[in-house]
Amino acid sequence: MNRILRLSVAAALVAALMSGVLTGSVMADESQDLMFPVPEFSDHPIPTASVPEVQGEVAAVLDVAILFVALCLASYFTLVSRSRRNVLLLTIASLLWFGFWRQGCVCPIGATQNVALAIFDPTYVVPLTVVAFFILPLVFTLFFGRTFCASVCPLGAMQELLAVRSVKVPRWLDHSLGLVAYIYLGAAVIFAATKTGFIICRYDPFIPFFRLGANTDMLLFGSCVLLISVFVGRPYCRYLCPYGAILRVLSCFSKWRLSIPPDTCINCQLCEDVCPYGAIHPPTVTQSPQRRRKGKRQFVIALLAAPVVVAVFWWLGTALGVPLSQWHPESRLAEQVRLEELGVAETTTEASDAFRGSGRSVQELYQSALARRDDFVTLGGLLGAWTGLVIGFKLIHLSARRRRDDYQADRAGCVSCGRCYWYCPVEKVRLGLISDVSEALPDGQMPNGPLVQLTVGGKES
Amino acid sequence: MNGEKQTDRRGFLADGARVAGVVSAGVLGGFLAGRRGQAEENRWQIDPDKCVGCGNCATHCVLDESAVKCVQCFDMCGFCNRCTGYYTLDGLDSRDTAAEDLLCPTEAIIRTFVEGKAGQNFYEYTIDTDACIGCALCVKGCALMNGSLYLQVMQDRCVNCNECAIAVACPSDAFVNVSSDKPYRLKRVALGVMRQKAGKADKAAQKLIDQVQADE
Ligand code: SF4
Ligand code: SF4
Ligand code: SF4
Ligand code: SF4
Ligand code: SF4
Repeated sequence: MNRILRLSVAAALVAALMSGVLTGSVMADESQDLMFPVPEFSDHPIPTASVPEVQGEVAAVLDVAILFVALCLASYFTLVSRSRRNVLLLTIASLLWFGFWRQGCVCPIGATQNVALAIFDPTYVVPLTVVAFFILPLVFTLFFGRTFCASVCPLGAMQELLAVRSVKVPRWLDHSLGLVAYIYLGAAVIFAATKTGFIICRYDPFIPFFRLGANTDMLLFGSCVLLISVFVGRPYCRYLCPYGAILRVLSCFSKWRLSIPPDTCINCQLCEDVCPYGAIHPPTVTQSPQRRRKGKRQFVIALLAAPVVVAVFWWLGTALGVPLSQWHPESRLAEQVRLEELGVAETTTEASDAFRGSGRSVQELYQSALARRDDFVTLGGLLGAWTGLVIGFKLIHLSARRRRDDYQADRAGCVSCGRCYWYCPVEKVRLGLISDVSEALPDGQMPNGPLVQLTVGGKES
Repeated sequence: MNGEKQTDRRGFLADGARVAGVVSAGVLGGFLAGRRGQAEENRWQIDPDKCVGCGNCATHCVLDESAVKCVQCFDMCGFCNRCTGYYTLDGLDSRDTAAEDLLCPTEAIIRTFVEGKAGQNFYEYTIDTDACIGCALCVKGCALMNGSLYLQVMQDRCVNCNECAIAVACPSDAFVNVSSDKPYRLKRVALGVMRQKAGKADKAAQKLIDQVQADE
């Protein structure tokens, strides 16, 4: 009521003013019918609005340069100088710069979505900075392992500093949760490509802290992740980070990567105990022929099962069409408008009000929402197939046997944090901190491994 | 057994994968950079014809102070005596410019007397960009009259987030990606007016047109 009253007051005012202006001034010839005419003043020129220039590219170029330098330093610290202390310092610096100063933006993790969108939408032009942020860590990983995760990524840094009381996650759980990151990656690509939203950015648990502000849900989620980080090393990196999922795969092929120990492993197990990320694997035991046969059988079964898993998940995924499409704002709008048309909705929303003011027809909205749902049925199937593929690969990978003669950092899981350097007795001898490995061993323990052993994979002896 | 051979093979495969990885990263980079060759990169901007002035712009930007500000198209403005973008509707009863009669919570709109004509006073309203928080109250207010006040993402402040937090929260789908060489938008009506002005060799109008995205 009040609103109508106000509107009519306003309308009356408009009318009054209009007549005043119309009689009082010569109408400018540009004026539109419905427009309130611009008066012509005797000596006051009508100013022209002006807009500020786009912010310079300097900041962007600087960020790429800093990223590059940080990656070089990280690789140097982990592979050449083998200094955990420097890695830690770099971690803190990255957290301050990329996290708190640049507020977690641009980051390679989010850049994945820009790149996905740019591939699928030719009208979207991704900034060069974003391309550089996406590609640089990938290339570094191919050569030096996950040095980006080690001390450049602000998200990793946040968790790294909190990993103080890490417990061991059971292997089966670790493996299963690890799949989530790949599914998340698939979903993020699909959502970005369809312009449904950049979910990685929207649900980045650390953004609330970097920006010192967010809605309650995000703050709650972020706090939970931080709390978990204290007890489970890097939960986001290991189980959620979609970019980490890519890096995991790439680091399997890296030319050099962090290696523990520096030369001969004494199999003291200290590094395995100290790695908060469950990334150090003990030497494998020699298998009985029986076990080996069983292992072979498992491998064949996994190989045969993989296509079936893909097919089943593809089929399951197609059922996701409706729920997935609900993430798109337009689908939600269509649903709200439908409820309003049916008279079920209790209130209108800002979006539906805006829609009704826009002059678009309800039918057109429904049509486009339906078309979108069909798209999402296909995409859901693809996401399902991708999930199946990841699971299939995991099964095959788990049943493939590798031989390890000593303690080794996992190619995929090791984030090159360098923590194990601090504890490895061989490393301590190398640094001249102690003269003999036995000094660094817990009381009474003797080096029990093969003391002289050539090691394979990534390190020279 | 032939452990060495196996290591060799593995090394060879890893080399192959690495080369493939570097090559595809290069191809992807080249592809994306090529895209860039065809057009400038994108920036977030508000389509003022779609904005409904909900106020989310003031609260959802990741910056402490929203990068969205109100701008004014003087060529659409009636230089009203009682600007409805300036006064609250209650304030319209009084001629007082006391804070409680003003719509803008930060008093960012500055009113300057221009001229009296045929018993009618005309005022010019300008916006103090530093004070404006992009709350859109004035935008809604003026929409009762002309709609000559409207919001734009100020490109000297916006950090160009991957996904603009306001775009997510905007109910009217008003946030669009525009090319960064023409990062601003004008209202459709205003664009027509500015084109006419520019046609008459008005340099300022031409400059403005050069900065705005004119496509639909
Ligand atoms: S560097 Fe060592 S402690 Fe750190 S993740 Fe790798 S194996 Fe674990
Ligand atoms: S901004 Fe709108 S209401 Fe205010 S003087 Fe101009 S036309 Fe009138
Ligand atoms: S009312 Fe809001 S949008 Fe308008 S000038 Fe004031 S702060 Fe800016
Ligand atoms: S892109 Fe970021 S800084 Fe720019 S208006 Fe949107 S939220 Fe604000
Ligand atoms: S969020 Fe959208 S509708 Fe609301 S004020 Fe901003 S541009 Fe306008």
